[in-house]
Amino acid sequence: MMPRETLVNTVLALLLLAIPLVAVAIDEPFYVTLSTRIAILALAAVGLNIALGLGGLVSFGHAAFFGIGGYTAAILATHAFNAEPLFFGLEGTTSMPWIWLVAMVICGLMALFIGLISLRTSGVYFIMITLAFAQMIYYFAISWPAYGGEDGLSLSVRNTFPLLSTAKPLPFFVVCYTMLLAAMVLFSLIRGSRFGAALQTARQNETRLAAVGIVPLNIKLAAFVISAIVTGLAGALFADLNRFASPSMLSWHMSGELIVLVILGGKGRLFGPLAGAMLYVMFEYTLGGITERWQFFLGLILLGVVLFIRGGLLGLLAGKARYG
Amino acid sequence: MSTALLLEQLLNGLQLGVMLFLMAAGLTLVFGVMGVINLAHGSLYMIGAFACAIVASATGSFWLGLIASLVAAAAAGAIIEVVVIRRLYERDHLDQVLATFALILIFSEGSRWIFGSFPLYLDIPPVLQGAVPLPGGGLYQLYRLAIIGVGIAVASGLYMLISHTRLGMRIRAGESDREMIAALGVDIQALYTIVFALGAALAGLAGALIGALQSVQVGMGEPVLILAFVVVVIGGIGSIKGALVGAILVGLLDTMGRFLLPKTLALILPASQAGMIGGALASMLIYIAMALILAFRPRGLFAA
Amino acid sequence: MVELVLEIREMCKSFGALKATDGVSLDLRPSEIHALIGPNGAGKSTLMHQISGSIRQDSGTIRFLGEDITALGMPERVRLGLGRSFQISSLVPEFSVLRNVMLAIQARQGSSFRFFRPVLNDKSLTEPAMSALERVGLAKRANFLAAELSHGERRQLEIAIVLALGSKAFLFDEPMAGMGPEGSKALTAFLDGLRNEAPILLVEHDMDAVFALADRISVLVYGRIIASGKVADIRNDAEVRRAYLGEPV
Repeated sequence: MMPRETLVNTVLALLLLAIPLVAVAIDEPFYVTLSTRIAILALAAVGLNIALGLGGLVSFGHAAFFGIGGYTAAILATHAFNAEPLFFGLEGTTSMPWIWLVAMVICGLMALFIGLISLRTSGVYFIMITLAFAQMIYYFAISWPAYGGEDGLSLSVRNTFPLLSTAKPLPFFVVCYTMLLAAMVLFSLIRGSRFGAALQTARQNETRLAAVGIVPLNIKLAAFVISAIVTGLAGALFADLNRFASPSMLSWHMSGELIVLVILGGKGRLFGPLAGAMLYVMFEYTLGGITERWQFFLGLILLGVVLFIRGGLLGLLAGKARYG
Repeated sequence: MSTALLLEQLLNGLQLGVMLFLMAAGLTLVFGVMGVINLAHGSLYMIGAFACAIVASATGSFWLGLIASLVAAAAAGAIIEVVVIRRLYERDHLDQVLATFALILIFSEGSRWIFGSFPLYLDIPPVLQGAVPLPGGGLYQLYRLAIIGVGIAVASGLYMLISHTRLGMRIRAGESDREMIAALGVDIQALYTIVFALGAALAGLAGALIGALQSVQVGMGEPVLILAFVVVVIGGIGSIKGALVGAILVGLLDTMGRFLLPKTLALILPASQAGMIGGALASMLIYIAMALILAFRPRGLFAA
Repeated sequence: MVELVLEIREMCKSFGALKATDGVSLDLRPSEIHALIGPNGAGKSTLMHQISGSIRQDSGTIRFLGEDITALGMPERVRLGLGRSFQISSLVPEFSVLRNVMLAIQARQGSSFRFFRPVLNDKSLTEPAMSALERVGLAKRANFLAAELSHGERRQLEIAIVLALGSKAFLFDEPMAGMGPEGSKALTAFLDGLRNEAPILLVEHDMDAVFALADRISVLVYGRIIASGKVADIRNDAEVRRAYLGEPV
């Protein structure tokens, strides 16, 4: 028999694929967009889950990478659209694969820099210093007028992907869904690998890691960088979804939301981020349809989850996480 | 640049620092004594401001409003501690962050529900209206000077409280050893509630004082909260002295950076660029300072 | 052949006014068990931390296999072959017993930056890990979580991990603590054989085990070595009896 977690996971993955297909069939494109939103937020949270779930690194600044990804997409597209070279004569681009690559490289380098300083600290200091770095980037974005400042930066058309018409909702959903699955495969591989073993040890007992001769900082730094790269990719897609890179992508609320997604679903679990994102967007949509003050109820639900349902949605549906 | 202008900016920096100290003192106490990271501290600031604005407009007295802000914030703090925070002592920081993040959502949206999105206004009390002359010419708002005075009074009061009273002794003991203090027969639950309410009251006081300078609205606590965290981390979590030094440092750095950086850059760059780069740099300055300090002293300046 | 495996010279560490170690010098020779004894609070654990690299000394030097390792951190010292067990078991609670040992094997192979190949069916990890477990008699518990082990079994797992590291010297901090008489006896026999693999610096309160195992004994009191020598000499040393065994002379 299939273990219960596998069953729940399969249902979640198929559900997210089925919604947009049905929505297109009955001509309700809004649900395609909603599903795309879920896929992208889940992707961002898969990134955070590598640092937070596996490594126990409570980054309260992952919005920085999400936002940098988004701004990279918007800035490259704007330059391409206006036919203005960027610098050193480099051109902008509207091709998604290129944009992703640039976004991921920039996020990786930023994470390397931020991680090198932040990972020297731990506990509350780590939480706060990651928050501070994200705030630093946030304030930079809103006070730098060249790329929209407080107004953000819009994309006039959605960026392109070879052989697909990304302007239509369904093909763009397929792109995002595929990236989500790819990231989840990556997460799963990492979790089961030698690196994953070291990373999970860093979370549970850092002294033990050092006592077998592995430098914890190196492991945590690599995880932080990979985590940021995945979240940055999600940011680039998010800007394309909304055709807009908003400073709110960089805000500390966004960092908080990403943590919420991971915890709502079940931290450290492969499908936790997807479960969390589905739940979150569902709250947003249904509660948001009933009352403007939906975040009030989100707060109550979140408080209930933290205080009483440890292990999140997957913990509730599929039981306690097992480790090999 | 005149001396008066410089002096004015220095005083502004000091006033910001003092206000941040009122916020940071509570945060750092709660962390030092209970080991809890409380994101909802900004909501207590907001509650203080709202209580003051409402009572002041109903009674016509700013002073009654100020008392109301202390009472309301302390009461809200005590309730939060009993209902939520108490369950978080044994949890990890992640759960604490999430639960208090949830509290922010509840408080912000809750007050938007009750009071709407429009800001309330709070007038400076008549006694403190007007300005005082500064040496070198220029005038300075009397009310801002009063805030600095309040801050100094609170800092001295806290010092006296912690170093010379029975409650302070218990707080210091609680910081070093929870079990020890429980073994001494002190009611640790009550102590925690009192400490949390005390921190809340200081945040509420800060909110009320600043409410008269700016408008009173939902979300006003959040930027202040993050600055207060920067202060606490720079100073060293759990250290009141660190909070004081960190607050003044951040207040001065932020204010003077915004004032001086564009001017300094204008010496080497065209005016428009200097304004843009200087402005962007100034807004990042305290975070850069924090990163630098933590890079060299990972546990802050006055780590406990 | 190196004359001395471990040479500790003038090791000092203060915590505020308290001198935890105060000019400690100590050697470990090939194939010997050197026991470090002393009353509680004498600084034994601090010294072990300093030797393993988890506490920085205020002053003093350490040479290991002829190399100055004073400036190295714990992971670097472990990789050079200085393996330690902890006084209070330090394991990965959510990992199985086997995976706890596999981590040591992967560390020894220096291969923690492999991101894709699953470890669970990687024979180059599981087989040596299993044989280390067999050596300490913990093979039948391989698939239990470390958190589920009894106290004595945790001590055994600690030792299996150090064995798996292929260490060239062992630092054991109270390995017998909390073990029943049977367990202590078995472990004593095991350590007795282990000295041929690599020398052992042993901190231990169980005097039967110490007198049975040790080639040499050093006595640490108030951060200073007050006596050091053969077992018989230490037994008869007047100062040791006064300071440590509490006997009137």
